[in-house]
Formats: sequence, structure tokens, C-alpha cells
Amino acid sequence: MTMLRSPMLAASRLTLARTAPVTTRPMAFLTARAFSSSAAAARDTVLRLPSNSFESYNCDPPSLDVNLSKDALLNMYRQMAIIRRMEITADGLYKAMLIRGFCHLSTGQEAVSVGMESALTDEDKVITAYRSHGFTYMRGGSIHSILAELLGRKTGISKGKGGSMHMFTPDFFGGNGIVGAQVPLGAGIAFAQKYLHPNAATFTFYGDGAANQGQVFEAFNMAKLWDLPCVFVCENNQYGMGTPADRSSANTDYFKHGDYIPGLKVDGMDVVAVYQAVAWAREWALTSGKGPLVLEMQTYRYAGHSMSDPGTSYRSREEIKKVRSNNDPITRLKEQLIELQLASEEDIKAMDKAARAEVDKAVELAKKDPEPNVDSLWEHVNVKGTEAPFLRGREPSERHHYNR
Amino acid sequence: MSNILKKAAVVSIPTVRQALLRSNPLLANALLAKRSYNSKNGVEMTVREALNSALEEEMRADDKVYLMGEEVGLYNGAYKVSKGLLDKFGPSRVIDTPITESGFTGLAVGSAFAGLKPVCEFMTWNFAMQAIDQIVNSAAKTHYMSGGNVNCPITFRGPNGAAAGVGAQHSQCFAAWYGSVPGLKVVSPWNSEDAKGLLKAAIRDPNPVVVLENELMYGVSFPMSEAALSNDFVIEIGKAKVEREGTDITIVSHSRAVGFAMAAAELLEKEGVAKVEVINLRSIRPLDIDTIIKSVKKTNRLITVEGGWPQHGVGSEICAQIMESEAFDYLDAPVVRVTGADVPTPYAQNLETLAFPDTEVIARVIKRTLAKKIGA
Ligand SMILES: Cc1ncc(C[n+]2csc(CCOP(=O)(O)OP(=O)(O)O)c2C)c(N)n1
Ligand SMILES: [Mg+2]
Repeated sequence: MTMLRSPMLAASRLTLARTAPVTTRPMAFLTARAFSSSAAAARDTVLRLPSNSFESYNCDPPSLDVNLSKDALLNMYRQMAIIRRMEITADGLYKAMLIRGFCHLSTGQEAVSVGMESALTDEDKVITAYRSHGFTYMRGGSIHSILAELLGRKTGISKGKGGSMHMFTPDFFGGNGIVGAQVPLGAGIAFAQKYLHPNAATFTFYGDGAANQGQVFEAFNMAKLWDLPCVFVCENNQYGMGTPADRSSANTDYFKHGDYIPGLKVDGMDVVAVYQAVAWAREWALTSGKGPLVLEMQTYRYAGHSMSDPGTSYRSREEIKKVRSNNDPITRLKEQLIELQLASEEDIKAMDKAARAEVDKAVELAKKDPEPNVDSLWEHVNVKGTEAPFLRGREPSERHHYNR
Repeated sequence: MSNILKKAAVVSIPTVRQALLRSNPLLANALLAKRSYNSKNGVEMTVREALNSALEEEMRADDKVYLMGEEVGLYNGAYKVSKGLLDKFGPSRVIDTPITESGFTGLAVGSAFAGLKPVCEFMTWNFAMQAIDQIVNSAAKTHYMSGGNVNCPITFRGPNGAAAGVGAQHSQCFAAWYGSVPGLKVVSPWNSEDAKGLLKAAIRDPNPVVVLENELMYGVSFPMSEAALSNDFVIEIGKAKVEREGTDITIVSHSRAVGFAMAAAELLEKEGVAKVEVINLRSIRPLDIDTIIKSVKKTNRLITVEGGWPQHGVGSEICAQIMESEAFDYLDAPVVRVTGADVPTPYAQNLETLAFPDTEVIARVIKRTLAKKIGA
């Protein structure tokens, strides 16, 4: 399998180069729940990424020196721990038959959404497919609203009407179920940004399986043609359902799929490398004349494709185990934090415990929440106040009249 | 092309078991179908097994038939309908595609123009919307546009209609969509016999045929008649089946909803309310309006039941055709459509329940319709 062979993903070590005073940067820990303002914690740490963190195509790769504060790094840890815990909780709820239908987990892929968010502002927009719980959280969705959505509750982020695949926030456009269809949508969001706010970019995510859809290439062309601030991000977790990348794609170098669009392959198991790549890509996309980019995040999905897939018929248990023990994004950051003396084992344990407590509390709340009101069946078919006079239910006497 | 066929022959004898099966079709049937025997000693088969045996029999009978789609091979099908077929027929006849519906559908249609008989699987019909242009513009119309010079013997199949808890983008019925297209044939099986007979007929048909299966029915077992177990079993496309005879009211339905209609009929008969006739459409296009007309002339009352949306639905079309026929004069009450609610499919269980018809709704509508009298 490509990833295990790739030297990029060998467990990396950050080296502490120096500490420097914090520079004011529009940091975007929008969902960061804790933010210490102590001067020491906010001081930037300059980290040196492993030399194999990036591979570029038709562009110079970003610097391997990364500026991040201790707070920022600790926050990344917390956020990854929370997403992991949330996904494990979803797994349990599904098995307890409290979650219905499809449920796609992102365990193993946490560094992608967390590293990304650390480099964005809320003017920037994000769109992805159905593996969206982590992105929803990072883009401002509360743990409670995500879990309540999974449970089909009124308090869910989509009021119980979307489920696992369809979650949205003001700067996150979902949560989309049709493989590849979100990619031109992302280009369209970038189009609107260029039209309305020239100072923000859109990050459009899709999988290694989705990467072959025709509309991905149609979007590439328009984005380049019209110089859209769109960063296409292929989240290469090595498999599209049961199909390994090399059985679906004639060229598995997804960062080169843009042809006339430069690209960058990123060690997507290293949250700091993801942060650096996204910060660099954002800058690129906003520099007029440079246009779009294609990023490829090399990552790995621990769970099956969805809850009905055990995920072991097309790959070995050993393969999964190997990634888990050598290349887990959370363990990697933890080891780095300890090595850099930014956190002790105790601090890490405390963060893990806090993540668990926060998620557990949210799930208990969500479980007690009510189902959606039955009248909400009729809500949001059209924008409120602009509906048809009535809609029909299953037979003529089931009629919903809108009050206008 | 001959290359493909040669390769297929080479790779299709991997095990002793398969060699055995090949030499003994009866044994093959017994083993492959994993048939079980019910209490009355009849044979039962799930809809999934019935579809699987239809595919296998037709692939065995005609080496121009091949199966193409996402995860149909190594993974044995997302819903396991194609289980075992890769082992039996090899990778040149059971082909895993990338997730590129528009592309592989077009490719399959092209191969049908050039003499093959593709079975093009959509993981679900929701994803065929990526490829609907190739189905409607390329597959359905080319025979006509070419003045009969080009044939397109292709089968498009996959699960259609609402599944459970999968939300708006993965839960909708396309019967009315494809049913409106001249050049296509559209079938919608309910039980295992339907599934086997209609899929086999679709593969043998020289036209593009859309087969609308239902995921929620894949695991359901039904009895299989002796005839249905045969390799020669096909169900004529364009003919509805009277599943249950009755005298007081006619229910016309297709796919999973036939089961709800049957249950409602049974309920009302037990309650002594009415003898309900249930018609399983089987085909959406051609639509067997004659069987419906005949039934209405007998029962004088008609209800249509489907999982799709009401506006421009299969029921709407039936109502219109009944209005245009002599059966109109026989109606004692207005025809009623029972349909999916006119909303995108919601996720939450309590809302989803309200979005699709079930036995209770049908029974309620039957009672109301029986109480009505035109002009009264
Ligand atoms: C157009 C379309 N075709 C097929 C599917 C069914 N499907 C859902 S996810 C998936 C695999 C996608 O793999 P990838 O893009 O690598 O994303 P990942 O699941 O690995 O995150 C498939 C085939 C779909 N949802 N939409
Ligand atoms: Mg993938």
C-alpha cells in the first residue's frame, strides 16, 4: 500500500529550533474552547518539520520551519482528542442502534481537520463529503449539536433532518453525500469569495475515490481559468470504500491531478505539517494571479468505510495496526509535546480526561433531548414565507398548510 | 472484444467447486442460490439471492453479458448482490470501476452499441443522477435517432427508493423519472420471483432496461415456485401481476410498497371490511394499464401506492390513464394516490416514518374510499 511505503509518513520528530515572542497573526481557534493568555504560553515556538513532510509539484514547497505557540499546539492536541472521542462515542451509539443509516467515522484522520482549522479564519470556507463530524466540530459545531444530530434530535445541528452526512455551520458547507459533487460547489464558494470578499479562500475536500469524478476536473479547469481562491484538498486515506487507491486511480499522485494547477503532498498524519501546508496554501490562493492549488493529505482511515463495513476484507488487520502504532496523529503530537517539554505525561492525561468528560457530558444531554417536532417535516422545503400554499403528505388528507 | 471473452474463459475456472457447478447446472442452482426450505417444503430465496442467481445464469448463458460497477467484484458488491461472481467469471466480466458514474455508464452504453450486453450496476440509483444524461440521451434515444441502425442492449440496475435513516440525498424513488422516458423499459420488482424473472428479462431484452431494486427488500425471503428456479424463467416486461384477488377495491403498487398493500388487504379482509385486489405492477414502462382497467371494472374502486413523491408520480400517470379509459365510467369513488410525502427525506426516525406510506396509511385510505360514492 502506497502509504506504508511512503517515507513521508514515517513517524516524524519535530525539533525545537528556538522560541520567539508571539507575532500577531489572525489565528483562528474559533472552536478552541480554552485559550490561555499567559505570555509564556502564547510565545511562538518555532518547530522544524521533517524534511519529508512535503512533496511539491510545479511549486516551491512551504518552509519546514513552523511558528506555533504552545497554546496553539496544546489546542491542536485537545481538538484531536475531542474528535477521536466523539467518533468513538458515535461508534458506540451506532452499535447501540441509537444512530441510524450511514455513519462515516474519521478516526485516524483527525490531523487533517484540526491542522487545517488552525490556519484558517472564519472568512475562509470549507466544504467536504460525508465524513464530516470532525470538520463540523472544527468549523464551530458544538459536540452536543453533532451528537444530537447523529441521534436524530431536535437539538441537532441540522435539527435532526440531516443525520451523519449532512452537517453545516456558517463557514462550513457540509456534509455532502454524493461523491465528488461538493468539489464544483467548493469552486463556486471560492467564486463568491472572489466576488464578495477578496480576502478569503475556500478549502474543498474530497477523497482519493472521489478524485476521479469528472466534475473534479471540470472544477479544476474553471478555478484555474478564473483564478479562484480555491484550494482543492484530496484527503487520501488510501481507500474509497473497499477499493485501494491504485485500483481506482491511474495516477495515485493526487497532488499532480491538477495538471496545470500546482500541488503539494502533505504528511496528513502530522497536524503541524497540515497546519503549515494549509497556511501556505491559503496565502497562495489569496495572492492574486496564482489561483488554485491541489493539496494531497496522506492519511488513513482506521474504521471501516461506514458502520456496515468491518473494513478488514480488503486490507489486513496488521496494516491498520501498523498505522495505529507507528503513525497515529494524536500519539505523534503527544510525543512531540513531551519531547519539546511543552506538556508532561500528566498534562496529556488531563487533556484526554477532559476530552472524554466533555464528550460524555454532551452525549448524555443529547440522549435526553426530544425528537424533532413532527411539524418540522414540512419546514425548510422552501425558505420560510415563500412556500407553496400547502404540501401534500402520504395521502390527500395529510396536508400541511403554511401560514403566510 | 474477442480478447475480453477469451480472457473470461481462462479466468473462470479457479476452483473445483466451480468446475463442478459448471458441469452440473442443477447442483449449481442448489448450491449457488443457498436456497432454504420453508415449513411447507417449498423453496425460499431472498431477493438478493434471486438477483444473484439471475446474474449468474445470464452470464453463464451468454458470454457477451458482463457486470460493471463500483465494488461489484473484489468487495462482492456494496450490498452483496454480486457476491461470488468475480470468482466465477473473472475480472474481465466482473469489473470494478472507479467512482465515476458518468464515465462508466457512458462506457457501458458504448460497449452495448458495439455488441456487448452490459449490466451496469449503480451502487444506488441516487448516484445514477451523475450519469442520467448517458441513460436518457445516449442509451434511450440512439436506436430511434439512428433509424434503428444502432441497438443498445443494456441493463441498468441497483437499489432505488427510500432506505432507512440515510437522509435526503440517498433516499428517493426514480420510477417516475425513468418511467417518463421513451426508449427505456423500466421494471420494479417486489419479491424474489419478480427480481429473478425481471432481471433475466432485462438482460435478454434488446433495449436499455432500468431495473429498480430496493435495498430494504434484499434480505427478505420469499417462496420460489418450481418454474422460477429454472434457468429459463423470465417474467415478461410490461405485464402486471394480480398478487391477490378481490372484489371490492383495487390497490396498484410496485416495489416494497406491494408488501404494505398486501398486509393492508389481509388486515381488512380479516376485519371483514373488504376483499381487496392487489396488483403488483412489476413494470413501470410499459405500464400494464389493461390489467388495471380490468380490475377496476370489477372492483369499481382504485388506490395507487408508491414510495415516490406525489407530483407527476407513477400514481398520477395511472390516474390519468384511467381517466382516459373506459374504466372511468366504472369508478364508484375517486381514485386516491398513496405516495411518499412531498418533502425531501428527513433523517430522524419520527419524521422519516411520516414521509413514506405504510400498511396503516393504506388501510385508512381503503376504508375512506370504500365509504365514498361518486355523486353521493
Ligand atoms: C456519486 C456517488 N457514487 C457512489 C457513492 C457511494 N459511495 C459513498 S462513499 C464512497 C467511497 C468514496 O471514497 P473516498 O472518496 O476515498 O472517500 P472516503 O470514504 O475514503 O473518505 C462511495 C463509492 C456516492 N455516495 N456517490
Ligand atoms: Mg478514501
